[in-house]
Amino acid sequence: MLEKIIRGEFGYEDLPPAAIISPSPTSPSYKTGVWRTEKPVIDPAKCVKCLLCWVFCPDMSIKRLEDDSVKIDYDYCKGCGICSEVCPTKAIRMVEEV
Amino acid sequence: MSLQARYYKTVKDIPREDLFAPGHRLCAGCGAAIAVKLALKATRGPTVVVNATGCVEVSTSMFPYSAWGTPWVHVAFENAAAVASGIVEASRILARKRGGETYDVIALAGDGGTFDIGLQALSGALERGHKLLYICYDNEAYMNTGIQRSGATPTGAATTTSPAGRVIPGKRERKKNLVEIALAHNIPYAATASISHPLDYMNKVRKALEKDGPTLIHVFSPCTLGWRYPPSKTIQLARLAVETRYFPIYEVEDGRLRINVRVSRPKPLEEFLKLQRRFQHLLKPENKHILESLKRQVEENWSRLLKLEEAGVRP
Repeated sequence: MLEKIIRGEFGYEDLPPAAIISPSPTSPSYKTGVWRTEKPVIDPAKCVKCLLCWVFCPDMSIKRLEDDSVKIDYDYCKGCGICSEVCPTKAIRMVEEV
Repeated sequence: MSLQARYYKTVKDIPREDLFAPGHRLCAGCGAAIAVKLALKATRGPTVVVNATGCVEVSTSMFPYSAWGTPWVHVAFENAAAVASGIVEASRILARKRGGETYDVIALAGDGGTFDIGLQALSGALERGHKLLYICYDNEAYMNTGIQRSGATPTGAATTTSPAGRVIPGKRERKKNLVEIALAHNIPYAATASISHPLDYMNKVRKALEKDGPTLIHVFSPCTLGWRYPPSKTIQLARLAVETRYFPIYEVEDGRLRINVRVSRPKPLEEFLKLQRRFQHLLKPENKHILESLKRQVEENWSRLLKLEEAGVRP
């Protein structure tokens, strides 16, 4: 259903009753990374694995890896800069997107 | 906090799984997104979310995209609590008739959908005593429709319907006290929380879900567009609100009030105000009386909370 609707090739008979969206979540197929004007860059040498950036990211764009280090998912990061602001060791820098 | 049952003691205890998916279209640096994400991380099992109209509702469910990993129902602006009541009772009856488990129900609404439009449905649900958790994320105005004043807008804040000019210096009325309105219904648990204190907030969500009765959490979530500050300052502002005593963090459990974040040496309120465009006019000399009145409200509220905590009486 999703692909058809995104392509705009659908009629009323393709729409589910009561606008039910199933299965869910489907929002990951919409990449919000294109909104970004500045992107966060992690310096792994300075990271102390406190995970504050992971807790506070509003876009679930910071992935917590097995060893509690973090990785940024640029597909969804909107570049708000919260991670860089909460980082106690200033390990995350915001650089202009090119 | 020592007496409190704590489910999440450190940041490392927070589960990795997210029930709130990326790709939602809330603003960069949205406080409400953090409030929703952390609340869903603190759920204990099958949960249904009932979402009133508001920022979170419109930007997480643009057809055919949904950011919800839980069953999720969109309702009108005013009836989140009423629909949630129905779902709670249906769950209970179905579990009794067909066997199986009941599930938790969270009603989620913004300050407009709680303080103003949804207050009647909320009051009804609290009075009937359904076992549900009502979370109000408070960004202090109707942000979704373009920053109109609400019952949660503080004194002096500029919004598009209470603009700051020569005649009117922002909103002239006081902010409602939602937690105490809820407590007037004699509910087992009500609390305030802030996204800047995630462990405290998540423990409160979990504790509220375990209570047998209606519970309410009022969570403070800054809004970058409505308060007019750079999106990276969301957490800093939420923390300043707590540290200046502007938004005290407390809980009322079975009639006893406990202040969870004790602010013994508060920062000056100006530190919180000066970061936001909506309060800039309060820092001008001609509006000093509004600033003084806001400061008085903050101090009166704090000393009243201290007295209530000490006396051990229901607010």
